[in-house]
Amino acid sequence: MSAQSYPTSWKRPAQIVKDPRWRIALQVGIVIYLILAISTIDVNWTRVYEGLERGQRFIMGFLQPDFTSRWRDISQGLVESLTMTLTSTVVGVAISIPIGIGAARNIAPGWIYAICRSIIAVSRALQEIIIAIFLVAMFGFGPFAGFLTLSFATIGFIAKLLADDIEEIDATQVEAIRSTGASWWQVVNYAVQPQVMPRLIGLSLYRLDINFRESAVIGIVGAGGIGATLNTAIDRYEYDSAGAILLIVIAIVMVAEYGSSYLRKFLQ
Amino acid sequence: MTEITDYKQVWTYRTPRARLWTWAGWFALVTLFFWCWQIMTEDTIWAFVSDAPRQAADIGSRMLPPRISYMSELWGPLWDTINIATLGTIGGVIMAVPVAFLAARNTSPSVRFLRPIALFIIVASRSINALIWALLLVAIIGPGLLAGIVAIALRSIGFVGKLLYEAIEETDARQTEAVQATGASAAQVLIYGIVPQIMPAFWGISVFRWDINIRESTILGLVGAGGIGLKLQASLNTLAWNQVSVILLLILVTVVLSEWVSAKVRHAII
Repeated sequence: MSAQSYPTSWKRPAQIVKDPRWRIALQVGIVIYLILAISTIDVNWTRVYEGLERGQRFIMGFLQPDFTSRWRDISQGLVESLTMTLTSTVVGVAISIPIGIGAARNIAPGWIYAICRSIIAVSRALQEIIIAIFLVAMFGFGPFAGFLTLSFATIGFIAKLLADDIEEIDATQVEAIRSTGASWWQVVNYAVQPQVMPRLIGLSLYRLDINFRESAVIGIVGAGGIGATLNTAIDRYEYDSAGAILLIVIAIVMVAEYGSSYLRKFLQ
Repeated sequence: MTEITDYKQVWTYRTPRARLWTWAGWFALVTLFFWCWQIMTEDTIWAFVSDAPRQAADIGSRMLPPRISYMSELWGPLWDTINIATLGTIGGVIMAVPVAFLAARNTSPSVRFLRPIALFIIVASRSINALIWALLLVAIIGPGLLAGIVAIALRSIGFVGKLLYEAIEETDARQTEAVQATGASAAQVLIYGIVPQIMPAFWGISVFRWDINIRESTILGLVGAGGIGLKLQASLNTLAWNQVSVILLLILVTVVLSEWVSAKVRHAII
């Protein structure tokens, strides 16, 4: 009996697509797609080459930001953005609490559940920018349209997460409160609210952070805030002012992110 | 034996002190809200606001019936939009992987110098929206698909980098140690110890980001970075609201489909 020949090399087994035929088909498909996709990009290299000088000026503007010469416009944009962020988060959260409670299967009747879930779906499906375009057309330019946009977007975010959170609460506590003869309001107030409150506060702080970031964008379509100032600065090729605005946005986002994570730890 | 006679008759949830602080907190929030509201609405023209329902009805009546025949012009831009999202995701992931390895505490070659730089790249990329990147890039490299792809790629670095470096930090250290014990070099430890552990997370994150990128690339055209947003901008500028509604419907269908695909793929991987 001859000794069994052992393999001398080892090959890592495939992790995702196990069948080799499928794997090859998938790889060929990806390559074909990439060739097709890349061939449709029409790059004007002379334009890119000319733009490089501008890119260099932008990087210089980023390294030597000019905070002073446009400070009046920047500060006005910032104040608009910050006030818009706070008011829209407060109003958005206030509206999304009843909707979130209504969209929780375990405490809301069926028809209310359907209505609230469809409100959430509509709010989540549409991009902030697209909502902003419409609201600017209806309400006129300025931060009021931005405030409405952000409030609307907040509803989809907070109400969905709140509803999912309520659906996952500990049912025994609800039963305990209900067995004392509590009404529906008392059940919500004493059994549901204490269980979801810490997470709701955390989500609201997180949304505050997102709303500030979004407020820097919706200004591009005319909804006020720092985005409008930024758009103007870039259109006027004032890259040093644009760099200053971007640095301020990054700094505020960083502060908000660290601040909200600290606050969440403190509150929970 | 002394008897305690002074029972409190009413049960309360919090001590008076805690109650006072909670009230103070809520009061501060309400005051801040009204103050901000005052500043924000200073320049609001209320005549426009009260006029809004009429405007809404007007726009609604112009959007309705959607001009379905316009669809034939939209397939090209839609293909461009999907390409922007896909190529942008691939570019972003390629750039994000080294950043993630530099940012993870257990694989970073220098925790003191390189890690903060990598973390700054991640925060900077995350805090600037794709639309702002596109605005900058259109000014620098000119309007077109390339600006959109680069904008999406730059925006994706932060998201993919952050989630990936958290996944790297959560890997099982014992497996890495086992590979090290065989006398593997640093590169081999990465390839055989860490990469297999983060592979499912990596594919999941990439597909998730692709889905978000489809959503974001639909509007990049508003600032000139190609795709279906260009058609949206053109229709908005010519006040062709019945074309706008067709475009919005198409965007909605695309977003829902891409979400479905991404959910399926992530379900299959994880």
